[in-house]
This record gives sequence, structure tokens and C-alpha cells, in this order.
Amino acid sequence: MAEASSITTPAELDAAYDLAIVGAGPAGMAAAKEAAGHGLSVLVLDENAGPGGQIYRAITRSPAPGLAALGADYWKGAPLAADFLAAPVHYAAGTTVWSLAIAAEGSGHEIGVSIAGAARMVAAREVILATGALERPFPVPGWTLPGVMTAGGAQTMLKASGLVPDGRVVLAGSGPLLYLLAAQFVAAGANISALLDTTPSANWGRALPHLPAFLASPYLRKGLALLWKTRRSLRVMRGVSAISAEGDGKLASVRFSKGGAAETLPCDLLLLHQGVVPNINLSNAAGCAQDWDETQLCFTPRLDAWFESSVPGVAIAGDGAGIAGAESAALRGTLAAIGAAFRLGHLDAVERDSRAAPVRAELARMGRGRAFLDHFYQPAKPLRIPPQDDTIVCRCEEVTAGMIRAAVAHGVTGPNQMKSFLRCGMGPCQGRQCGLTVTEMIAEARGLPPTEIGALRLRPPVKPITLSELASLPKTEAATRAVVR
Amino acid sequence: MSATGAGGQPDVIVIGGGIHGCSSALHCAMRGMRVLVLEKDYPGRHASGVNAGGVRQLARDFAEVPLSVLSMALWHRIAELVDDDCGFTSDGQVLVAETEEELTGFRERVRKLNDLGFTHEELIDVTELRRLVPAVSDSCPGGIVSRQDGAAVPFRATQAIRRKAETLGARVLEGVRVETLARRDGVWTVATSAGAFQAPVVVNAAGAWAGRIAAMAGEPVPLKVIAPMLMITERRPHFIEPVVILRGRKLSFKQFANGTVLIGGGHEGRPNPDTNETILDWAKLAESAQTVWEVFPVMRGASIMRAWAGIEASMPDHIPVIGPSARNDGLYHQFGFSAHGFQLGPGTGAVMAELIATGATNTPIDAFRIGRFQHDPPQSAAAP
Repeated sequence: MAEASSITTPAELDAAYDLAIVGAGPAGMAAAKEAAGHGLSVLVLDENAGPGGQIYRAITRSPAPGLAALGADYWKGAPLAADFLAAPVHYAAGTTVWSLAIAAEGSGHEIGVSIAGAARMVAAREVILATGALERPFPVPGWTLPGVMTAGGAQTMLKASGLVPDGRVVLAGSGPLLYLLAAQFVAAGANISALLDTTPSANWGRALPHLPAFLASPYLRKGLALLWKTRRSLRVMRGVSAISAEGDGKLASVRFSKGGAAETLPCDLLLLHQGVVPNINLSNAAGCAQDWDETQLCFTPRLDAWFESSVPGVAIAGDGAGIAGAESAALRGTLAAIGAAFRLGHLDAVERDSRAAPVRAELARMGRGRAFLDHFYQPAKPLRIPPQDDTIVCRCEEVTAGMIRAAVAHGVTGPNQMKSFLRCGMGPCQGRQCGLTVTEMIAEARGLPPTEIGALRLRPPVKPITLSELASLPKTEAATRAVVR
Repeated sequence: MSATGAGGQPDVIVIGGGIHGCSSALHCAMRGMRVLVLEKDYPGRHASGVNAGGVRQLARDFAEVPLSVLSMALWHRIAELVDDDCGFTSDGQVLVAETEEELTGFRERVRKLNDLGFTHEELIDVTELRRLVPAVSDSCPGGIVSRQDGAAVPFRATQAIRRKAETLGARVLEGVRVETLARRDGVWTVATSAGAFQAPVVVNAAGAWAGRIAAMAGEPVPLKVIAPMLMITERRPHFIEPVVILRGRKLSFKQFANGTVLIGGGHEGRPNPDTNETILDWAKLAESAQTVWEVFPVMRGASIMRAWAGIEASMPDHIPVIGPSARNDGLYHQFGFSAHGFQLGPGTGAVMAELIATGATNTPIDAFRIGRFQHDPPQSAAAP
């Protein structure tokens, strides 16, 4: 039986592939398997050491003590990863993708990658971006203090290294993942003082019309089980607002309002989380059009029925196409691969549509109930748009909310001018941590919808590369052609 | 249709809201003219806002030196001129010789400049080079320093000039694209995506799009649209004060106060002036990386955070087009700065305003006349 070939140096790369897939989470793994099944030459590029993405991180490694805590949904990733590793694809793990652009000559795309400290350009006729999600920024006073981190970051350490936080832990925020993380930490033996739920009670009204679909959805069972487990095992405080992390040089306590009264809880670790948003850095830098999603309160790429973006030959699957969860991600990956196989002439329209029909049906089933979650878990405005002027918005460049508001008053009309003006979004994170906040702040200050304000234009390298890596890229035109063709 | 708005008919319409258009608007407004700036995107969106920010008299074409010296004087009092220091700092610029042969050429250049009466460029030996730029590779034998030179923050500078012009009464319309130009009875009608505007004088400061404006006025030029690329590193320990440039290989190099290092030098990506997009050429950026790797060993472990390109106009002889149209009264050109126009912004605006107001200037700009690209006699192709 065929199996995935590991690529560990640039020299092992083919000059060109039919399809390059960025990301080996559920969407990328499913897309690779599907595409290989249609006879495409496939390259999968992923920055992690093994397949699984964020949700199924380290899925192929034998369960370390404590990993049982991750729950049954986590282990659903195992067969997906096994199928992927059995598919005849090239798989470059531990690889950074730092650029995607239309090729200079002919059709197709040029992808900048770094493998084992050396950079190369790889050509692909079709590209599927399966770059997943990242946590929504949570800009509250003190969020940059040592001892404050994102709940997702802590989960990554748990999954990758079995690290369980020491000391008193407080979780704060909203969203379905927060409860999952809480349950995982409790099961792993963390000392959680409290979960501060910031879900605004007003969200009930907005979410109610979507309740019937939710009650009939697969989310319900999962959600109730989680809530039940979490409630039973830790102190959950609801209706929390105005969170701030306090401490002199490092976190000492978290301060918050509950029912109009201020409270303080001493803690050693504060884990913040208020949902995830699509990681669109690479698609944005590649010029894919994107729109503001009024419900999920984030930018999502503009896609057709086959998840193809406004840039022909670049499809976006998984949570990077809009948050829908791991099981939907795999289905979207499959559909995107079917679309790519069709565009490359490996399938005709009839084969494509019949192959896709059951996948679409399953995707529709998985999507039921999503609207309820999206409305119910919309994060509170003061936790997205910091009301205090001295709250940091751009962590890399230490730009505060007050500076941004002052710049808008000064005539700065959009995030790109803001970037040029204040450097927010110019640091190593490339605006991952401040982009949404900046757009929403400008929108609010100008009284316009975020869609009219637009997003930061991101610049490659989407992930930093070293000068030495870049210098290792073949330089002469002839050498470049030999590599890119 | 006419849409001159509340301000009434302007005296001057400036097409293009880059540093040059905004500077001409400012200097015209300072002379009491009513000015309207038409900008198809937003001021500073392209080359003016995203360039390397070098404020350099050093290593210029001799034809540009007088204008550059004039402009430098304005940079040194920019805060007084526009109520904002534009992030301007004056730590000098150094042209590094990589070989003895290059240094010999530099010696000749400085001598010629001195003969012309310009003393801003000084030849330096290896000792002074190592004092100014301790991190430079041991193999470099000397160079030229221009001590009054420096750098500014491009977008901030362009915005500051624009705002000062507005304070003095200029109007700036964003998102307004010029469609046609026509002149009748001494008045230009500029048809745009937002209606028509009229004025007796038009300044074409449309940067990469200036060739289209010139063509609309029946005066086509061999303008090439280019996308000079830049990249910037993460914050590094402070190791260099002046801006450093090379001649033989393409490199410009500048460390900002925050520690980030800007690497440029004129390698070009692929521009698309219709969509405002640029596509980077990583093989050429890799050449820049290789050059830095060799000239500044201290930079080898640095991480590249971001690379980008601005959309700019280049002329075949790499010097700009500045001055009156050869074919139409009331039309002035100010474009084609060929990727080194940022420093010239303040001075060129002053010269344009002087030309428009008085019909002449003492600053030598004859080398920049548009007629150098028009080989047929101008009168035979005069506008109707």
C-alpha cells in the first residue's frame, strides 16, 4: 500500500505539484487523501512535527499520561491522520510556508517554504489553504502581564508536551472551546480556582431564533455533556464583565465585575479565551478577497461552492474559511480537493457533483446549530473594543487603545493607514493579535460598519524567516527557473 | 457637470496625493492659491507612503544635486514647515565602497562635486568608515559620507504635508480617479469618477500613473511602472546610526530607533497599477539578503518580518520630469522620480509653486524637462 513520503530537506521536493496543501489539520488531511485518490500529485506543507493541526495536535503520538484527559472528540482525529499517512502524497512536516503568490510565468502559484533552515520556492497549479483558526484577541487591561496567556496556548502545551499548569488557575472568557479547555485542564489535574464566563446575557435574545436548529444538532449532546462536567467540577461564575489582570511585573490577581460589584481573585495563571476566528494571514497576503462576517465578528475569505477564493486556483478549507469546527473542516477539505481535481481535469462535472453530494449533505448536517453558537457566544463589545485608553491593543509595538482613537480623530481612516501611522500590526505577529481589534475600533470611532473599514493588508513573509534562510534561496534567474519551472 | 464644491473654482488642480502632489499643494497654498488635490486612493497609499524613508543628497545624479540641496534645507526645518517633525532624523548617510576601485571612482565624484561648489559629500577613509559604521565588513576600504542626510517616516511625512496644506485651505479628495483632461479658453476641465473639476492650472504628480495623465494631455512619455521592494527585520540590538548604501550591488540599509532594520536598494517586484497589487520577486530579495549577509556579518541571524513593494514611476534616464508641459499651457509635470523622489518632495513642491506663481525658478531644472522625450517638434503636436 502506498504511503505518504516525508520531505525533510528542500532537495527532496519536486519542482512542481498539481496541488499544494498548506496545513495538516482535519481540512488539510482530508483534502490530501481525496486529491491523491483522484491521481493528483500532492504536497502537504505543515509547520507542526506531526499531522493533526491544532485540534488534533500530536494525534499520531502514543498517548502520554494525562492525554486521556483530552476526551473522545480528540481521538476522532486518529483515523483521519492514519488515512492521511497512508495516502500517496509528499508530506513536509516542520515546514514554514511564508509566501504565496501567482507565478511570474504561466499559470499556477509559487509558494515560499522553509525546510530545515533552507528556503525554496515551490510551484503548484492548485493550492488549498487549510490554515485553521486562531484565538480572537482579548485586549483587556493587563493582558500582556507575565502569567496571562491564551487558553488555547495552554492547551497546546498540554497536547504537545503533557504540561499541566502549576498554581491557581483562572479561566476567563466565553465560547464553546473555553468549556472544553476547562474540562481538559480539570481532567489533567490543574488547580482551577474559577471559570469567569463573560457571555453577555443579552446574547440569549439574539441566539433564541436559532435554538430549534441547535436542539436538533450534534453540538447539543457534546455541549451539554461538557457543561455538565465542567459545572460539576469547578466554580463557574456567570455574567462577568470588565476583566483586568493585575500585578506588579507579573500576574497576582484578576479583577472583574459581576452583577455590578467588583471582585478580585488571586491567581498565578490567567487563561483568556473568547472564541476563535479564521487564520487568514496567508490568504490575505496572497490577495484573496475577504468580507466581514457580522455574526462571527471577523473577516472570512470570499469563496464559491468549491471553496475557491477570488484568486483562481487558491481554495480555502477548514476553519480558515469561516469557523465551523473540526468535523466540518474535514468535509470542507474533501470538497475543496474535489473542486481542485475538477479544475485540473481529473474529474468531469458529473463525477465531481456526484462525488460531492454526500459530503455536502453531511456538511449541512454538521452545520446545523452553528448559528445558535455563533450568536450565543458573540463576545461582549467592551472585551473586543477596549474602553480604557491605556489598554494595549498591539502587543508587538505597544500601541494602546487611546493612541488608536487619537489617530482616528487625527484623520486616519483605515487599518493600513493606522499601520503606517502607529506601527500597529507591523510587529512579528503581523497583526494576528491586533488586526480585528484595530478594525473594530476604527469602525466604532467612525460610526461605520467594519466591512467599510477593511482589514490590514498583510505582507509576506507571513511567518518570519531568517536572513540566512532567505539568502539560501536560489538567486539567479536560471536557478530559480530550475526550481520553480 | 461641474462639482467644484463649496470652495469655488480652484486656481490649481493637483493630480496625485503623494508627497510630491501634497508638497506642491502646500507650497501653492502658502502662496495664497486655492488648491484642489485629486487622489485616486488615499494620500501616501503608494510609493510616498511605503518607501525606505531615506532623506538623501548622497550619490545623486549631478542634475538632481541643486534641487536635492534645496530640499534638504526644507527637511532640516520640516517641523516648522508642517507642524510635525515627520520622524526626520539626521544621522547621515554613508556610501560604502566595497573595493579600492570603487573608492577611486568615489574620489573622482567628490572632486567634481567640489568643483561645482557642493561640499555635502565627503570622502572618508577606512578609519572614519569604521567609526561611523563599526559593523561594516573589514574588507570595505572607505566611502563617502553626507552628514546632513538622514531618514524620515514616509507615510507620516506625506500625511503631515497634506494636513498642513489643508490647514492653509487646500482641499484633498480621496478615492477620486481622473478620467480625462481637456483645455478650452485657458481653463482645464478634469473629468473624474466624482464629476468634473476646472482650474486654469493642472499639476500632474500622479506617480506611477502620471504617464496616463500625460497621455491624456497628448504628451506621452516612456514611463515605466516599477515596484521597488523593501524588507524589514525584527528588532535588533542597536548597531548602526547612519543610513548605508552601496553602489556596485543594490543595497540600502537603515536601522530605526526601535531596532528594526530596513533593507532595500531597488530590486524590483512585479507591479499591477490597475489593481494596486504588487508581487514580490523572492529570488531578488534573496540577493539583497546575500549582500547584507556579506557586508554586515552581525545581521546573519536576523529574522525578516515583512517585505513589500511600492508602485512607482521610473524614467529611462532615472531622473524625474519636472516643469511645464512642452505642449500645453497651464500644465505642469512632477513625476518619474525613479525610486528616489522622497527626499526631493519638499523642495520640488516649492519649485513648482514658484514656477506656477512667477513663471520661472532659480533652481536649475532644465535637465528634467519633459521635452527630452519628445523628438518631434513640440509645436507640430500642440494641443487643439
